[in-house]
Amino acid sequence: MSEMKQLVPLEAKSPFELRVNLGEGMPESDVRTALATGDVGFLHSFTTGSAVDGPGVRIVGWTTGCQFRCLYCHNPDTWTLSNGIPVTLARATEELRKYRHGLKIMSGGFTLSGGEPLLQDRFAIKLLSAAKSMGIHTALDTNGALGSRLTDAELEQIDLVLLDIKGWDPGRHRHLTGIDNAPVLDFARRLASRRRPVWVRFVLVPGLTDDERDIAQIARFSAGLGNVQRVDVLPFHQMGRFKWKELKYNYTLDDVRPPSLETVEKVCMQFRAEGLKAF
Amino acid sequence: MRSSLGDDGAVACCVSPMLLGKQMQFFGARANLAKCLLYGINGGRDEITGEQVGPTTVAVAGEYLDFDDVVDKFEKMMGWLAGVYVNAMNIIHYMHDKYAYERLEMALHDYAPLRTMAFGMAGMSVVADSLSAMRYAKVRIIRDKTGLVTDYQIEGDFPQFGNNDNRVDEIASWLVSTFMNKLRKYPTYRNAVHTQSILTITSNVVYGKSTGNTPDGRRQGEPFAPGANPMHGRDTHGIHVSAASVAKIPFRDAADGISLTSTLVPEGLGRVTEDRVTNLRGMLDAFFGVTGYHMNVNVLNRDTLLDAVDHPEKYPNLTIRVSGYAVNFVRLTREQQMDVINRTFHGA
Repeated sequence: MSEMKQLVPLEAKSPFELRVNLGEGMPESDVRTALATGDVGFLHSFTTGSAVDGPGVRIVGWTTGCQFRCLYCHNPDTWTLSNGIPVTLARATEELRKYRHGLKIMSGGFTLSGGEPLLQDRFAIKLLSAAKSMGIHTALDTNGALGSRLTDAELEQIDLVLLDIKGWDPGRHRHLTGIDNAPVLDFARRLASRRRPVWVRFVLVPGLTDDERDIAQIARFSAGLGNVQRVDVLPFHQMGRFKWKELKYNYTLDDVRPPSLETVEKVCMQFRAEGLKAF
Repeated sequence: MRSSLGDDGAVACCVSPMLLGKQMQFFGARANLAKCLLYGINGGRDEITGEQVGPTTVAVAGEYLDFDDVVDKFEKMMGWLAGVYVNAMNIIHYMHDKYAYERLEMALHDYAPLRTMAFGMAGMSVVADSLSAMRYAKVRIIRDKTGLVTDYQIEGDFPQFGNNDNRVDEIASWLVSTFMNKLRKYPTYRNAVHTQSILTITSNVVYGKSTGNTPDGRRQGEPFAPGANPMHGRDTHGIHVSAASVAKIPFRDAADGISLTSTLVPEGLGRVTEDRVTNLRGMLDAFFGVTGYHMNVNVLNRDTLLDAVDHPEKYPNLTIRVSGYAVNFVRLTREQQMDVINRTFHGA
């Protein structure tokens, strides 16, 4: 471990910055050990003072590595694990400790987002548990597909799951993300059966995710779960475009405009019609 | 403020705390500590004109700036600057009392008020980052043909003020306390108590304009950060961390106030009004709970952002947060800025 420690100045900066290859210097075997033990994680960046990633004012850590390839992803540099900075669990915990009082005062907490944090499930759960044991409210922002990697006991360490439901129709979901949505919905049902609090997040992309029947299905499903406290309807934006270009990935949404305020409101109404709180 | 003034203290002007009606203040602008640092490096010569302005001291030698050597030279130059500053203030306020004594205002004060003489500093975060670069990275010296140091090349990364990193936050606190102690060495007119503010209002732009390249990577003419703010775009972890750095500046050595300016869009505070109110209140409570002194909060609308596109120097710390995204607005390209404006204020 001492060898690894030298790799980890926690200089992760703003999520807006494009970050590549920061973890490339780490030997393959170390990466595998890190993933298996969770004593080291790969972080793209972290930020404080976020008011849009769960309740209150929060610290958000963004992990690298994701198995989804969402067409509208605004942080495609988080897809690749080795684009992140290797950070020891101890270092990350120590950083969080500094803010535990402030986070309490701000009715906030710690949100682990990504990337997909559960690609580093051991690191994710160890860090969230460490935060919780310091009295910090914990949230996991996840696409849900790897939810089965967490045990029931581990789910108890997470005060709130921000669950992205990106689409209802399996074919459309595959087109959008490259992956099937069955495990996502399974995880949603499991969280419901364990009575774990959930906020559903839905990204509204005109022409891509705005099918009325699809949204109605998601709304009905979410309401039926009984543990969904709130739905965040996130309007698509073009902030990530520059990253696609610089990474030389094929961006297909050049011509898509962000949805109008009325459209967003209309979608919120669909969720509200099912008795959910939606913004 | 309560610890020094009790419950009757109040902010009388800008960020100056006072016992109202029992205290008065001789005020006088601020000293450009970033330029003072450059004078230390150049043996008292001005880095832009080459003229000998400060006392003639030994300029730095060699290829790289040495932290200890520069601190030593800088401290000497600060001593000289403090003398000039205190004496200039003494002259100004003696003459002011002589020719334009504030009879009416003083009639509203109790007998024998406590007088303070409020000094100020500009360029705090520039100096902190410059010294941090020397200590934690390597700063190569670039001289013109007369031997004047006019530019620097930084090799490596260094901690920057505004990220709650003690390595550099300590340097900022050291600067404030050191300059304050040097000011205290010179007696003041009417034995006023020396105080100091870390506040520039908008003069950070003017001081920046007349200051050459600095060892933190700031270019000649670029504005300083306002007041005690971190330099533009260097506080990369958001408002709470940025404020935590500023809250460390010791009030006892900046008893005329420490100013932090933050700018937000409504969306940055939460997705619904109720959340925004709770979150802003939380941020303020957290800042003042860790010895924060003053925070200037701007919650902006579309027109202001449009203004920021044309005048980025007025909005150094403008942070936009939408859908989990954190952006320093003035660092975006014009295209991105317009994108943010169109998105953030969609339909408005």
